Amino acid sequence: MKHSNLTHNKLEAILHDLHHYLPSQTPLKDFIHHNSLHAFQDMKFYEGIFKAAKIFGYQVTLQLNDYRELYKIGRIKETILDRTIIEKKGKENRLPWKNKLINEAYNENNDFRIGYLRANWKKYYQIDLDTLVHPLLFRIICSYLDQGISIQAFPGHPDGFLASVKELEINSFSSFFKTKRAKQLLLSGDHSIESLLKIIVGKEDYFEQYLFDQQFSHRGWSGIVATIERMPHTLLDTKPITLEDWITLELLMEIDALDNKFTEWKPLTHFVQEPPVDMLDDVENTELQEVFKIWQDAFEWSYYDEALAGIQALNNKPENQDKKNSFQAVFCIDERECSLRRHIESVEPDCETYGTPGFFGVEFFFKPEDAKFYEKLCPAPVTPKYLIIESDVKEKRKHELLYANHSHTLIGGYLYTFVLGFWAAVRLIENIFRPKMSPAISNAFAHMQKDSTLTIENKSPNDIENGLQIGFTITEMADRVEGVLRTIGLTQNFAPMVYMVAHGSSSANNPHHGAHDCGACSGRPGSVNARVLSFMANHEKVRLVLKDRGIDIPVTTQFVGGLHDTASDEIDFYDVNVLSYDNYALHLENIQHFDMALNYNAKERSRRFASIDTFKNLTDVREAIRIRSVSLFEPRPELGHGTNSLCIIGRRSLTKGLFLDRRAFMNSYDYTSDPEGNLLAAVLRPIGPVCGGINLEYYFSRVDNYKLGAGTKLPHNVMGLIGVANSSDGDLRPGLPLQMIEVHDPIRLLVIVEHYPDVVLKTIQSQADMYEWYNNEWVHILAVHPDDKQFYFFRNGKFELYRTFLKGVDYLNNLEDVLEISKEMETNYIVDATKENLPVYIIK
Amino acid sequence: MNALMPKYFILSILIPFLGFLITLFLPRKNEKLLYGVTISTIALHTLGFFACIGYWLMSNEKALYHQLVQLYNSPTFEFSIDFYFDKISVVYMLVSSFLISLVCIFSKYYLHRDPGFKRFFNTLLLFYFSLNLVSFSGNFETILVGWEILGITSFLLIGFYRDRFLPVKNALKVISIYRLGDICLLLGIWLCHHLWHENVNFYQLANSAELKAEIYDHVSLAFIISILFIITASIKSAQVPFSSWLPRAMEGPTTSSAIFYGSLSVHIGVFLLLRTAPFWHNLPIVNVIIGAIGLTTSLIASRIANVQSTVKTQIAYSSITQIGIIFIEVALGLETIALIHFAGNAFLRTYQLLVSPSVLSYLVHEQFFNYEPTQQKPLSSGWKKIQNTLYILSIKEWNFDTIQGAILWMPMKWLGSRLSFLTHPVAFGALTLLYAIGLYLVGVNNAENQSIHHAFTLIYSFLGMLLITRSFAERGDARSVWLLITASQLFIALSISLNEQIELGQIMIFLTGILGSSMLGLYCLFRLKKYEGNIDLNSFHGHIYENRRLGFFFLLASLGLVGFPLSPTFLGIDMLFSHIHPQQFWLTLFTSIGFIFIEISVLRVYARLFLGPHIKTYHEIAYRTS
Repeated sequence: MKHSNLTHNKLEAILHDLHHYLPSQTPLKDFIHHNSLHAFQDMKFYEGIFKAAKIFGYQVTLQLNDYRELYKIGRIKETILDRTIIEKKGKENRLPWKNKLINEAYNENNDFRIGYLRANWKKYYQIDLDTLVHPLLFRIICSYLDQGISIQAFPGHPDGFLASVKELEINSFSSFFKTKRAKQLLLSGDHSIESLLKIIVGKEDYFEQYLFDQQFSHRGWSGIVATIERMPHTLLDTKPITLEDWITLELLMEIDALDNKFTEWKPLTHFVQEPPVDMLDDVENTELQEVFKIWQDAFEWSYYDEALAGIQALNNKPENQDKKNSFQAVFCIDERECSLRRHIESVEPDCETYGTPGFFGVEFFFKPEDAKFYEKLCPAPVTPKYLIIESDVKEKRKHELLYANHSHTLIGGYLYTFVLGFWAAVRLIENIFRPKMSPAISNAFAHMQKDSTLTIENKSPNDIENGLQIGFTITEMADRVEGVLRTIGLTQNFAPMVYMVAHGSSSANNPHHGAHDCGACSGRPGSVNARVLSFMANHEKVRLVLKDRGIDIPVTTQFVGGLHDTASDEIDFYDVNVLSYDNYALHLENIQHFDMALNYNAKERSRRFASIDTFKNLTDVREAIRIRSVSLFEPRPELGHGTNSLCIIGRRSLTKGLFLDRRAFMNSYDYTSDPEGNLLAAVLRPIGPVCGGINLEYYFSRVDNYKLGAGTKLPHNVMGLIGVANSSDGDLRPGLPLQMIEVHDPIRLLVIVEHYPDVVLKTIQSQADMYEWYNNEWVHILAVHPDDKQFYFFRNGKFELYRTFLKGVDYLNNLEDVLEISKEMETNYIVDATKENLPVYIIK
Repeated sequence: MNALMPKYFILSILIPFLGFLITLFLPRKNEKLLYGVTISTIALHTLGFFACIGYWLMSNEKALYHQLVQLYNSPTFEFSIDFYFDKISVVYMLVSSFLISLVCIFSKYYLHRDPGFKRFFNTLLLFYFSLNLVSFSGNFETILVGWEILGITSFLLIGFYRDRFLPVKNALKVISIYRLGDICLLLGIWLCHHLWHENVNFYQLANSAELKAEIYDHVSLAFIISILFIITASIKSAQVPFSSWLPRAMEGPTTSSAIFYGSLSVHIGVFLLLRTAPFWHNLPIVNVIIGAIGLTTSLIASRIANVQSTVKTQIAYSSITQIGIIFIEVALGLETIALIHFAGNAFLRTYQLLVSPSVLSYLVHEQFFNYEPTQQKPLSSGWKKIQNTLYILSIKEWNFDTIQGAILWMPMKWLGSRLSFLTHPVAFGALTLLYAIGLYLVGVNNAENQSIHHAFTLIYSFLGMLLITRSFAERGDARSVWLLITASQLFIALSISLNEQIELGQIMIFLTGILGSSMLGLYCLFRLKKYEGNIDLNSFHGHIYENRRLGFFFLLASLGLVGFPLSPTFLGIDMLFSHIHPQQFWLTLFTSIGFIFIEISVLRVYARLFLGPHIKTYHEIAYRTS
């Protein structure tokens, strides 16, 4: 008994490890960016990624030759490379190491651990177990989890996955199994993982290795199972399942396949001579790893140094002091808004722009009219206690006949092919020559109806639905408005109009559309949040409370929510009917400014799109951008967070006028109003998980698009509405598809904070999980000293002075000239692709 | 036969091939040029096609006919490329031109920056050409040419993402079953020759009373021929029990899946039935069989479609369901309805596949607003049991895939694995000696040794089959496999030479094709061995990653060796068959099996060496299951 208990505890530990190391991407409808190698985040960046590479065979940096090519074209700068070598290897070793980096031949083949034990099936038994088991196993799990593709659902059982399979086996003349033993094991209930592993593997010492091999031979499916076990409500139609059930079924099917092939067989370890491999054992340090570390650091600093030189040069200029605010606009920190803000400021120099996470500090669930479920509209780790309900929707959602289930049945399909078949031909022509919005396209503006009513204010403490309070009370509203305004440093000098501009993204034929929406709103458009916060800030009683707290918003100032579609470059505003007569007139003027800025923004984006001629006039380019977002044939409606590499936390003056090529997240923060750094902690808390998560997901999907990314989108097949796979028998593919990461240079995020280094240090150290991001170097952080404007880079627990190599960057008279002549990448090979990313400029 | 086709139309049938040749030589990165040539080719062709439709309508003829070229003509054998233009070809080509041109425009954007952009448009043009050949074919030989090219383009597009395991595996799977169909077609054609003692074109078939009389005189032969055509058609149109290849073919870019497996390629089986209808429609039993296949397929495939939880396989099975119904319509003689049904199904499934990625956001939205928890209907236990049984069966696709493997491929693998002695030096010596004897016998050919000749004919063809079977199971060095394949072809050639007096010219055509391709292939293999060291066939190597050019030439050699149209071997295969008599059951069987497995075996060598995940791990490589 004691022995059996020991095994059981050990198995618990193995299951726990599997949960930890398997991909944790949720079903695609909620796309939450996260560090693909989150399991290694308790280690230093390089240690962690090289360990992951050794265990799972991931490619975790660019290839050696890629770095050498980048060096040849000057993307990795020689001065930076020299300094990196000296820092890591000492001055005296500069030349020998440089020679190693540039010339030495290394064996780059990765001899990884995973799959080693199970390869013995082929070696000793001449059986390809995966090919025999996987196709049916994947079909069963996909059918079980399916959210609405199949017409006939899996006959489920409330006790979960294995119970459902069991029930089906009992009540059927057919069976998933070919042989008796496996089926009997299932029906008898005597199918603990330990006992099955004893049959298949034999020796207990190999259990861990075997389960890792087995589960990582289809990490996509195993990952989604583990994720759904931890978060059952990530599926709307919930399906109880556990990793244990899933592994049990797979083991049973393996026994079945073996029984079917051999009348008698011995467990795997009967033949295996090599001792079991400790999967998670430490990885030895190699010279090649050192080479990669130096190259990667040099690659990163070649960019950072330039960006910092730009900031320095900009801040040496005398600041323009006359303050005359025509309007203020608050955007999401998203790096895609970086260019729009720049254009608005250039179209209307008297305006001010701010950045804050796009849920605008209001966290709630949203229930659209007639919806059967709630949507979370705040960062993923937050669990809101509030509910906002939509009503009075005027325009009902349309249906798409060609998607109907009837088209797949015998009789229905017959009628469909005759009647709608020819209509499909017409639709096809229409879609190719005149693409337009349709119900099949995910439309950012349809997330909430423009003229619907929202229940934002809580009228009575009894207004509760499913444990959620409907709306916010006055104090709760005031807290949130105050929170946002204080962190961005907008507590005085209010303009007559303050815009809260959320963002979302429309795209066609794109299962990954959630990845283009607002990350701070759990991968959805932030329109409701913008509207809710504006309502709160306009509320008379809220303003009274705010006045007591020292924020005096003039009566003439009004807040307006809006939504920017980052794919189509369209914008729309909500509740403009509440505007005063004067403000409405101002608003009409401002709309013109927004419109013009969006024209320029579209033009700037168009340089990366082959289908659009950047030389065309502004409105034509903008129209082409809009059409792109509704084109079924366009696998890149927009480029998402591709190229993100900086996160700037400070006042706008730090970067205003700097051309950062849409590579910087920008969070407004005024250190002067927060000398102790009390607000800074709140500002920095989401930066790691949100911006760092985005950055690292792009990093890993870029360096290994096959294993850590989802591969090219073109052959993707939607599986059960929860994910994508290639082919009918393929594994689920978590991560980002190739079309999203081509433009991305895989470098870590550099967070730049405008504050005193000791305050920043104190802040990041205030929370262990926040500190881990920086201390383990998964994200870099640097402080800009407010007094002397010097840079202090955080390394090894302290901030050290950093002097840029570059002394200043080029000035630009006219951005358009550069945009028009910059070429689209020749291929998506990193050395070609990186040329598309423009240098940092100061715009005159 | 006065209704001839206008010359410009003949030209426009060949234009896609010209376009294909041009795109072969265009630079890989020049997407604009590649697309430009492709779309202009299609446009030019369509222009000629439309003009011909006008001409045809004005002529008031049911059909137009034209013989393009006689590739070979001797008293014993003739091979010509003929064209035929009637309602069926017009409908098929209208739908094809329409869908291919739209998908071509779609793909210009969709495939932008894909490393295989050039390959895609190359293959698309070749596919278009093959559809032309099939749709306008005026005789069986021409259909066969188009049919073969179509099969290879399928192989190339299913295996489009050649650096992953599953596409390559499935490409081989599909081409294997296709090959079975090809050989059935070849056998059908061969038996037709023996039925009529001449090459018959479709114009004669539709109009000649004498030909029809022959059919009634040889009902059992006609029945066998019909069955062969039905098998061929059922394979291409994924009818039961051959349906499981279709969902597995959805490996390429969505656009290619849409036109190939959603619409055009998969309806070609129906075309063959329509085209050969004059042959079989007066044989009631054949009509019944076709109808029964269609009915079974539509019932079973609709059950399978019901339980599919992935969008592309769902569309695949709903398409199969409708094609089953089209088979019934064809069997009932409802030609026009079948043609309309084909067009509707092709349009609908192409559209559905092209928008299939949208399904995620559309249906999740749908679920968000209209979700009703599934109510388990209270069922009597018996009925529930039947429901569950059907459910499990449908999830397992009614085991068709497993059964196919067990019946068609496993026996050959089993046999092959027991023939390892064939690669032993002693066996090599013995085979060489035997071959020398055979050559001697051919040399001294005289009438007295008839019985000896026949015995040796059988022995050689049997050996040819054994050799190819061995090559199919061999996991060792690719060069020895290549030699096994070549040897098997030489044995087949020898056996046929002994079977009947053959003109030297005929055998030379076959042998130049075989030997030329074999030499080129062997050269490539030696080069590869020098670069890479290990060229054993026990796993996929993915050497195309580093040896793109070598891979291309080896593919050319492979196609030459298997008798791909455009190579002399192709003509040779047809020719060799003409020297076998229908009574010679065993000779026919051995030779057919030899010809089925040579293609599978050769493409297996190509796939294992050049395709699949690269064995060198210094760069990112796909998981086997991805």
